Amino acid sequence: MVEWTDFERATIADIFSKMEYEVIGPAALSRCLVVYPWTQRYFGNFGNLYNAAAIIGNPLVAKHGTTILHGLDRAVKNMDNIKSEYAELSVLHSEKLHVDPDNFRLLSDCLTIVISAKLGKEFNGEVQAAFQKFLAVVVTSLGRQYH
Amino acid sequence: MRRSQLVKTFWAQVSGKSEDIGSEALARMLIVYPQTKTYFAHWKDTSPNSANAKKHGITVMGGVADAVTKIDDLKAGLLSLSELHAFTLRVDPANFKILSHCILVVMANMFPEDFTPQVHVAMDKFLSALALALAEKYR
Repeated sequence: MVEWTDFERATIADIFSKMEYEVIGPAALSRCLVVYPWTQRYFGNFGNLYNAAAIIGNPLVAKHGTTILHGLDRAVKNMDNIKSEYAELSVLHSEKLHVDPDNFRLLSDCLTIVISAKLGKEFNGEVQAAFQKFLAVVVTSLGRQYH
Repeated sequence: MRRSQLVKTFWAQVSGKSEDIGSEALARMLIVYPQTKTYFAHWKDTSPNSANAKKHGITVMGGVADAVTKIDDLKAGLLSLSELHAFTLRVDPANFKILSHCILVVMANMFPEDFTPQVHVAMDKFLSALALALAEKYR
């Protein structure tokens, strides 16, 4: 069981209550595909990913980025049971999508950087720590059912 | 634009604030990754806003600034720094990755418009190469 302080709960709730999913999601996923190009291996049918501009402008990437970001909602709503919340999604990513779980960590690093850029001064060290802890729990839960 | 040119151009834009970047990155590292405080047990005060932490962030960032000028041969350029880290400081190289991440978070935080994905990948690659050069003399 993960222990959350009141500050951590409030911080996560606050960040996601103001989240612009259609901006942040695409920004995080496209950044991941640019900064860690090997992650493109999972998006062979997304069309033009030939360069950074193409990736950033790609509508399929944008749509998928939004979808992924909304995937975090269930963890936000149930912070005390993230592991069980993601059991099914973990099986999906392992058995069907065959995604190397290290990719979850890469994407969460990119999301942290996008949020840092968006929130500016508000994203101080303590907020960063809470946000990264939250993402780390999600990442672990998503990798939990791999075997 | 070639990667190393991207790094030099972005660095020229932000170098005026390099002391702030360094202090902020070091402070965040101590907060977000508390295990890194083990390297600073000799400081009376390991809190992120202490004078020691601030000064050390500036020192480290000075090293990064120097590395930008030696970007075409980091291994040779960082030889003595590598020896320092290998034989005296003995910082586990995993921590270079941690600090690099904090530097990137601060750059995004302070320069949201300029820290594009293209600049991000160039800086990430540069900091990784820097870390590799720093660990060169470890074994």
